Amino acid sequence: MNAPRLTRRDFTAGLGGIVVSFSLGSQPALAQQKKDRPKLPGSLDTNRMLDAWIRIGADGKVTVFTGKVELGQGILTALAQIAAEELDVPLGQVTMVSADTGRTPNEGQTAGSQSVQNSGTALRMAGAEVRAILIDLAARKLGVGADTLKTADGVVSAPDGRKVGYGELAAEADLKREATAKARPKPPAQHTIVGKPIHRFDIPAKVTGGAAYVQDIRLPNMLHGRVVHPPRYGSKLASFDEAKIKAMPGVVAVVREGSFLGVVAVREEQAINARTALAESARWIDGPELPDPAKLYEHLLTLHSADKVIAEKDAPLPAGAKVVEATYHRPYMAHASIGPSCAVAEYKDGKLTIWTHSQGVFPLRGTIARALGIQPSAIRCIHAEGSGCYGHNGADDVAFDAALLARATDGRPVRLQWMRDDEFMWEPFGPAMVMRCKGAIADGRIADWQYDVWSQSHNMRPGDPDGINLASSWYLADPKHPGPARQAAQPNGAGDRNAVPLYDLPRQRITHHLIQDNPLRTSALRTLGAYANVFAVESFMDELAAAAGLDPVAFRLAHSKDPRARAVIEAVAKAANWKAGEAFGKMRGRGIGFAKYKTTATYNAVIVDLEVDPETGIVKVPRAWTAVDSGQIINPDGLTNQIEGGIVQSTSWTLHEQVLFDPSGIQSRDWETYPILTMPEAPKIETVLIDRPNERSLGAGEASQGPTVAAIANAFAAATGRRMRELPLRPERVKAALG
Amino acid sequence: MAVEFTVNGRRASTDAPAHTPLLWVLREGLKLTGTKFGCGTGLCGACMVHIDGKRAFSCQMQVADIGGKSVTTIEGLSPDSSHPVQKAWLAENVPQCGYCQSGQIMNAAALLKEKPKPTLAEIIEHMSTNICRCGTYQRIVRAVERAAREG
Repeated sequence: MNAPRLTRRDFTAGLGGIVVSFSLGSQPALAQQKKDRPKLPGSLDTNRMLDAWIRIGADGKVTVFTGKVELGQGILTALAQIAAEELDVPLGQVTMVSADTGRTPNEGQTAGSQSVQNSGTALRMAGAEVRAILIDLAARKLGVGADTLKTADGVVSAPDGRKVGYGELAAEADLKREATAKARPKPPAQHTIVGKPIHRFDIPAKVTGGAAYVQDIRLPNMLHGRVVHPPRYGSKLASFDEAKIKAMPGVVAVVREGSFLGVVAVREEQAINARTALAESARWIDGPELPDPAKLYEHLLTLHSADKVIAEKDAPLPAGAKVVEATYHRPYMAHASIGPSCAVAEYKDGKLTIWTHSQGVFPLRGTIARALGIQPSAIRCIHAEGSGCYGHNGADDVAFDAALLARATDGRPVRLQWMRDDEFMWEPFGPAMVMRCKGAIADGRIADWQYDVWSQSHNMRPGDPDGINLASSWYLADPKHPGPARQAAQPNGAGDRNAVPLYDLPRQRITHHLIQDNPLRTSALRTLGAYANVFAVESFMDELAAAAGLDPVAFRLAHSKDPRARAVIEAVAKAANWKAGEAFGKMRGRGIGFAKYKTTATYNAVIVDLEVDPETGIVKVPRAWTAVDSGQIINPDGLTNQIEGGIVQSTSWTLHEQVLFDPSGIQSRDWETYPILTMPEAPKIETVLIDRPNERSLGAGEASQGPTVAAIANAFAAATGRRMRELPLRPERVKAALG
Repeated sequence: MAVEFTVNGRRASTDAPAHTPLLWVLREGLKLTGTKFGCGTGLCGACMVHIDGKRAFSCQMQVADIGGKSVTTIEGLSPDSSHPVQKAWLAENVPQCGYCQSGQIMNAAALLKEKPKPTLAEIIEHMSTNICRCGTYQRIVRAVERAAREG
């Protein structure tokens, strides 16, 4: 197969001590000159040396470095395509090195659909510049003008037929220099690798059982760890039976640091058995009770919040306008990765090495250094792929836990995978949210739109300068504390993401109430607040349309000037053969939802057909149609996979998902107490792609979740005449609504 | 006492205690890490293997159950993606994160062995034991249909 090698799979390669620290060390000096230096495109601006991105060997092989990580979205394949394209080398000669604090540029977190824009732009510009350097060298060598030379397949050719391979030029090519971004990348019309349907490099290992994940790392002398989490937030460890656990088969170490408790054993099943015994013997002083789940949403409104008006328009309210009010709720939701989080850590000769599926190895390194009171330079964090995370799950926490265990094993590496209940009870959840709407209709148009959204923080990742966002650090003998909740700037926002509708509203006031407390631990879950805000905004659009006696599709189009918004709404209506006022029989209905993700990215509209069984309360979504405009399409198959996956995941969130808790603690601990959508429940989806070759490409991994929940809620109302304003649409809630 | 069995056509044995789940024997003892740990309770399907040709959750099978049995893991389906189900998975670009896909593939292979030409309803019913968080269900169905068609 013509695929570049991914060194991430070669897990033992990093052990030989080949820590390459080339140009990254000069960053602080560069930072001092920040004011004088020119702005460079993408992540080149913060990682300015060419050899931080691209290196060429004497054999002509190319190593490409990126700070971004593979999450199953295919990013390393896309970045390799971009680099190979600009360098004019075959894809098979490219090796990708991803997110390693010892080797790659620091590009922060891999999140928010930004990777092609930041890392891809850097590689495009660096690739073009390196190619120009190679051409100049070849021109001198051959004694001809650079403008007469051509490059292809890693070889520079002169008009007289003489050729020089990149490998022959590599030794003389000085890439230890700051990029200028003066070399012009190829025009898209000349692309032969970018825009082509390349099979993802990560897939073959995933269908043959190859070592594809951090969970599969097996180092020499490796031990297995497990942790025992407290019964609930804030609990303190009173006592446990250390002697009994130490006497168990295979147990190498029992680790207690304050109220952090873990065990290390020779074999994994021995570590699991020891964990069970350790948990049984541990006595805890319980932390504060959690809120009463029956009064959660009232409780959230009583908490201290930082309030900010994020959009305001002041046209006068027409006399006699018809007022409509509604309040919507979304529960805490889990990332619920299929594979519990995992890390491997080795502490040897004062150096800590951690293999992790964190989305940000550099922020993780810095935060672990602060938590342990050691220098970042003593820690190396290396990315290895994990189970899909969909945001900030247990990946960073388990990396810190593994580091704590590895300090007790005399240099032997420790592989720690959380158990299913660790993941459900201790991951940071997507926040519960309250969305309060008050609107008015006059002459068939929206005359007023008042919107308030309350939410805890959607970004409590490691990397905060004012706190340590690693769960176990809060339980150490010298406990650390999480960072504060922070507003994220509009238009993208966080809890207020997509709180500002794209519709033409003459009068509006939109307020974000950022809750400062953390009754349950929260952080980033795919789409942040967009899922809940689009649910509320698009449900309310239908409520206003109903108040005006107008068709939902026509009502949306009447309030949409943006031609790309109109195009996706019209395309999905056509695909589903939407007819105003069409009836589908008892307890059956159809609904639409629309959003432009983050207000700045992909346009997406979804229509679903829905059926309700009033006896059981079970809601089914047999069909879905979607139209998507994410600018220029790079890979139609990848785009379709992301959009359809988003519809399925959002259907799961909407029909099933809610973190269960009571005052004694988190009660969602397995797939029975946190069920997700199964194959028989998945809608059959028809996708319409709208290609915009002249518009920039936009991320699509988070585009369809908002429109899907809205379409389901609106279809439920169409099917039953009752509106569900609280998620999820579980049978007991549905029966109560229909009762 | 060591328990003897066959894995992917080769003889294997383990001295792990009788109640040890087969999953850990495969992943740790035999270093066959293609079989995944997901939940440990038979609710997700990530650990699915074949035992004497039938699908089984390896987290629910204990060492005491496998003496003399023949176990097939994803590594034993084919080492080079030449099994029709693996070929179909590649052709349809099924995986996103891929963590559940070893189990999905083993489940599909068990179905097609029993029933080479399943109906759509039979595919969906059979595959309902395995969950996917990335939402690739539609592609899994397409890949099973393709494997049945192209054999």
